[in-house]
Amino acid sequence: MLELIVISTLNGVLFGMLLFLLSSGLTVIFSMMGVLNFAHASFYMLGAFFGYQLTRWIGFWPALILAPLLVGAVGMAVERYGLRQTHKHGHVAELLLTFGLAFAIEQVVQMIWGKLPMDYRVPELLDFPAFTIFSTNYPAYKMFMLLVSVVIFIALLVVLKRTRVGLIVQAALTHPSMVAHLGHNVGRVFMLVFGVGTALAAVAGVIAGPALVTQSDMAALLGPILFVVIVVGGLGSLPGAFFASLLIGLLQTFAVSMNGSLASVFGPLDPSTGASLLTDVWNVTIAQIAPILPYVLLVLVLIVRPMGLMGTRET
Amino acid sequence: MRKLMLAALALPVLALPVFGTPASAADTVKIGYIDPLSGGGASVGEGGLKTFQYLADQINAEGGILGQKVEIVPLDNKTNPQESLIQAQKAVDAGIHYITQGNGSAVAAALSDFVAKHNSRNPGKEMLYFNYAAVDPILTNEKCNYWHFRWDANSDIKMEALTNYMKGVPTIKKVYLINQDYSFGQSVRTEARKMLAAKRPDVQIVGDELHPLLKITDFAPYIAKIKASGADSVVTGNWGQDIALLLKAAADAGLKVNWYTYYAGGAGGPTAIKQTGLDHQVFQINEGIPNAGYKPSVEFEKTFRAKVHMSLWYPRAVNEMRMFKAAAEKAKSLDPVKVAAALEGLEFDVLDGGKGVMRKEDHQFLQPIYISSFGSLTDKEPFDEEGTGWGWKEVAKVDTAQATLPTTCKMKRP
Repeated sequence: MLELIVISTLNGVLFGMLLFLLSSGLTVIFSMMGVLNFAHASFYMLGAFFGYQLTRWIGFWPALILAPLLVGAVGMAVERYGLRQTHKHGHVAELLLTFGLAFAIEQVVQMIWGKLPMDYRVPELLDFPAFTIFSTNYPAYKMFMLLVSVVIFIALLVVLKRTRVGLIVQAALTHPSMVAHLGHNVGRVFMLVFGVGTALAAVAGVIAGPALVTQSDMAALLGPILFVVIVVGGLGSLPGAFFASLLIGLLQTFAVSMNGSLASVFGPLDPSTGASLLTDVWNVTIAQIAPILPYVLLVLVLIVRPMGLMGTRET
Repeated sequence: MRKLMLAALALPVLALPVFGTPASAADTVKIGYIDPLSGGGASVGEGGLKTFQYLADQINAEGGILGQKVEIVPLDNKTNPQESLIQAQKAVDAGIHYITQGNGSAVAAALSDFVAKHNSRNPGKEMLYFNYAAVDPILTNEKCNYWHFRWDANSDIKMEALTNYMKGVPTIKKVYLINQDYSFGQSVRTEARKMLAAKRPDVQIVGDELHPLLKITDFAPYIAKIKASGADSVVTGNWGQDIALLLKAAADAGLKVNWYTYYAGGAGGPTAIKQTGLDHQVFQINEGIPNAGYKPSVEFEKTFRAKVHMSLWYPRAVNEMRMFKAAAEKAKSLDPVKVAAALEGLEFDVLDGGKGVMRKEDHQFLQPIYISSFGSLTDKEPFDEEGTGWGWKEVAKVDTAQATLPTTCKMKRP
């Protein structure tokens, strides 16, 4: 039992930190521009594919730096030539732009790399078990993923809370026109934030690619859960996104490891009732409903605490 | 002037689709290949497509079927029953009378239903559905359909053979079941429970897991659970990325158990097994293996690998295409109604040796099946998988007579 708890905690924290890498950019972008960037997970996918391609050409470590920079540049271009142009038509136009962009990116990725999973391997330097706990190996690469996420979380916090840049960004979150009146180029701040946000998604893509699957449907698989994270965490709140990511990572991992069902609590149904909807509901295990639990959480949070765990304004 | 030049440039491009292909349409027989070419099932769908295209080329090189060339038309269904119906309708609109599909029994049930309805509403324009891999037993039992033919052994037959083998392995004490949450995965788990209880009442089922189909990218939480359960053997019907990623996660965590699988040989599976170092501890059950040592299949495997650059996952696809040809020649017609009649009860020498028969009562092809294990090879086994140096080795062969279960099908004939 203890074994399962320890391993599940490790797995949950790891998945949570990956979610955080993705949602940190998304939540900052959303709170600044009021735009739900539907294409955010697509930038994560771009990161994975760029990472894969660059790894083939120049190796994993240069790719880890270069791929996010490239994706960040793409992100900035999208902001400068796409979002800024549609901004005057209101949020709906911006939303539709990112929505369309998600499809466009998926198609482009399919055209270049095809629809099959890529053979994107863990770098040899990290391809060994880091430690063995209860006779289960824990891969060094996963520890590396954890480390990168933690480093980025700390770096982001320091930049946002302790530097002048962070001051302006935070001010622009709540009082954009005031910041503009003070002589700051809010447009450029937006562009930079969008670029950094997409680059963070790309970092997540580069490091998650070898551990998970690098395939053209990876954005669609992860996309919806990001919105859960930022809503549960509270819009614009970096610590909120952090805790919500961990919460959802742990929630999903632990749910998978549990076997409980109504039948195991209240005993099996009388067999004479036969197969019906009730028997399905009665026998379904927590593990089986694990994938929908984050969405249940989303609904609950929206009802009970619409500003999210640590948010300051209503969703 | 510039406009004129542009027009001149554009002309051949525009003309291509108009004058290009259809000239030969009258003397080709088209087979609609409805399977995933994107999404989680794409890796196996793509492999199947290449296999069928190779088989069509081979038949065409020998003069086609009744003088007609065979053409495979790829139709991407994204492993989705709804999408499959759209693709099937597309096939109908293109005048295609034969469709083939394999991945996903939910898809197969939808297609079988579609074909039955289509044929009753459009007499004279019938179509046939050749199923090469969807193994839910219901398709040839309660939901059997005259226009559906299945070349893969159904899941119950496979489980029967697999549990017969497991019966003789005394080291199996604790079994963990992990399957995909849809009709096929559920039937695997039910049958495994039933048959193990009957054949090995001493075996304990320590886990029974259903997970979402083709949606999971990291199986680490599931592996942790298997580990905690203390299982010594895992039984799974997983296919596509669900088996490859499951084995990959097991390799990462260093989980040491015996695996009894239906489809460990699919894309990515062998690489992951090699990584776990489980030498001859992963078993697979299917209708043929490259290393069985039967000369014609060895020859076939050699040329197939040289040409297609993958190993033959689907010996049943070879049987399907060759039997289609045999049935058309027996009926002396490519009319689907006559081909269907000729296929019923047709006996056939299967690729891997031995006799098979398309059972008339339910259109289930009965054939010898093999249990093989994956690991290091001796001189007698020439073929490895995915460049790992490891390959499949026969551990048991079940002859046609033993690989047979009764059917409950009450076939409605036209």
